[in-house]
Amino acid sequence: MATEALGWWGVPLGILAGTLRGSVPFLLVSLGECLTEKSGKINLGLEGTLLMGAMSAYAVSYLSSGIVGPTLASWLGVLTAGIAGMGLGAIHGWLAQQPRVNDVAVGIAMIIFGGGLANFFGKPFIQPQAPQLPTLAAGGWSSLSQVQSALQISPLFLLGVAIVPLMSWFFKSTRWGLYVRAVGDSPDAALAMGISIFWVRMASIVAGSFLAGIGGASLSLFYPGVWTERISSGQGLMAVALVIFARWQPWQCLWASLLFGGAQALGPAFQSVGIDSYYYLFNAAPYILTLLIMIVTCSPKRTLTGAPGALGQSD
Amino acid sequence: MSDRNRSFRLSRRQVVRGLLASSAFGLTAKLSTGCAQSPSSEGGAAADGSAPEEMVVGFIYVGPKDDFGYNQAHAQGAAAMVANVPGIRLVEEASVPETTAVAEAMRSMIEIDGAKALFPTSFGYFDPHILAMAEEFPDVQFFHAGGLYQEGVHPKNICSYFGYIDEAQYVAGVVAAQMSPAGKLGFVAAKPIPQLLRNVNSFTLGARSVNPDATTQVIFTGDWSVPVKEAEATNSMADQGIEVITCHVDSPKVVMETAERRGVMTSGYHADQSPLAPKGYLTGAEWDWSSIYTALGKDFMAGKTLMTDGIPHILRGGLADNFCKLSAYGPAVSDEAKAAGDAAIAGIKSGEIVIYQGPLKTNTGDEILPADQQLKADNVELETMDYFVEGVIGSIS
Repeated sequence: MATEALGWWGVPLGILAGTLRGSVPFLLVSLGECLTEKSGKINLGLEGTLLMGAMSAYAVSYLSSGIVGPTLASWLGVLTAGIAGMGLGAIHGWLAQQPRVNDVAVGIAMIIFGGGLANFFGKPFIQPQAPQLPTLAAGGWSSLSQVQSALQISPLFLLGVAIVPLMSWFFKSTRWGLYVRAVGDSPDAALAMGISIFWVRMASIVAGSFLAGIGGASLSLFYPGVWTERISSGQGLMAVALVIFARWQPWQCLWASLLFGGAQALGPAFQSVGIDSYYYLFNAAPYILTLLIMIVTCSPKRTLTGAPGALGQSD
Repeated sequence: MSDRNRSFRLSRRQVVRGLLASSAFGLTAKLSTGCAQSPSSEGGAAADGSAPEEMVVGFIYVGPKDDFGYNQAHAQGAAAMVANVPGIRLVEEASVPETTAVAEAMRSMIEIDGAKALFPTSFGYFDPHILAMAEEFPDVQFFHAGGLYQEGVHPKNICSYFGYIDEAQYVAGVVAAQMSPAGKLGFVAAKPIPQLLRNVNSFTLGARSVNPDATTQVIFTGDWSVPVKEAEATNSMADQGIEVITCHVDSPKVVMETAERRGVMTSGYHADQSPLAPKGYLTGAEWDWSSIYTALGKDFMAGKTLMTDGIPHILRGGLADNFCKLSAYGPAVSDEAKAAGDAAIAGIKSGEIVIYQGPLKTNTGDEILPADQQLKADNVELETMDYFVEGVIGSIS
């Protein structure tokens, strides 16, 4: 099919496509972090988990594609990424709950550890091409190749969107959700209820890291679809900040992730139609957004509404 | 946590702290050391003039050695030097940041491995790290890729070597314009530095020598390695109907793969990326360090050194001097385009084609060169380029 120039229509289309493509890691990591923080601990190490997930998914997809075929291999990669994430999460969960250990400090150590591990084991996988996750072509109705390509939706995106109402329901209406919230809001009360703070937090951190690992898999197996040492470029940390201004609500995590994913496409989309000044500003859009929302929502006079009570308290 | 009665036991906190610290340190140390290096025998360093029997040569890269990009080009050159020159022993270290880490890497190559010639390849290694090490080890030769050496200012054991790869970009532009019916080309760029602008301009001038209406759309990503932005830039170019995309980023892998998926033709950079885009890869501007490093290796074994001026302090050249080359033409390239490309290569090698030939205007309409003037490849004016030529869509600010 002949490719026609889209002109100005390319901007909204590019942002839409960027939203669908780029928001997946933000969504999965922020949902994972949302669960973790609800239980009263912060896991900054998700940046490292993201890298580890990306590397292990790519490696497993590449190595197993000869044995099980490309489609299954990529899904095997996703699963491995989740498991690798759980491994890192378990380390964080155990370390961060030791007496008088600061979870933020452990998180920073885990960023270095996860990233280092991923770079170390990932060396042989930079060059080869691994089979990518199959995508759902939702744009078949359009005759424009640009629209068709923009609407290549990753199953991981759908997975993330499906988790949103599920997690919301989990927090509101289930006994286990209540446990998590109780541990996060008032550990003493939870202890009095007979809930093991350690294991609830451990489970939340491990489950959250599982999601972050899958987020990493979407980076290396969906978009941009390569494994390099700079693949995450701070997205894990941004997703952690994103949870704060999503006020620990899964639904708001979804909107915030879409916003961030779309913001990444701003700079290139504008430049492609000839708005070529201030591209550094457009590229910085997500960070400026983060700062603005932090300033607007934070006040020294009151605590953030929705913040788990035990978050940031040492025990 | 009372340790009063068991004073010799470590508290759990201390153990945890120790474990964390040691594992973090161990990892970073391991990472920054990259490849394992076996202890060396004394690398027969020659005193002036006499030919050494064995020579240890160290290469340092800023990223991984197999990134389909800048570092891979150097690593292939290093491998060729070892393969072609008997007596050269290679030590390598990859993913060394442009910080004091590179000074430590150089020091350990010199002191532990006995390296007598070092090739720290990244641009940012030069000042202050290479300068400091060159002062400290006057009998070790330092070769740096870039044009930064200044006679009389910098130590005598430093050499700057650099290729006019924009000559290859010019040829790539000729081929791209031949293959693009609408004459719409795209360039994914990292940052507006003179070397990159020169590549964009030469690519465009090459294209316009074939099709005077051809344009090059430039999209800046803002940094040398931002995979998501590079993919976004490639996608938005594909949305705008751009037919051939090339780039200047550290690793062109993302750009090539994304363009291939979108059915857009590509032209490579740094190294050969044809395996990444088997259908759409046309050609590419590649460094040809193999020939340069092999020549230098032979000089080393013949006992020539920078200190005795046996090797010149500034090595430069383009297509004619084998500093760069073109990738083999891909299957999509028509015979006509191949012929045009070969003619451009021959023209540049013979000096018939001068890329920056007046009359030449910037894309904002200012005059660069009047009709009767030209800037040859070795003109230093080209190294401070801060404009886009007519035909480039984009701005530097």
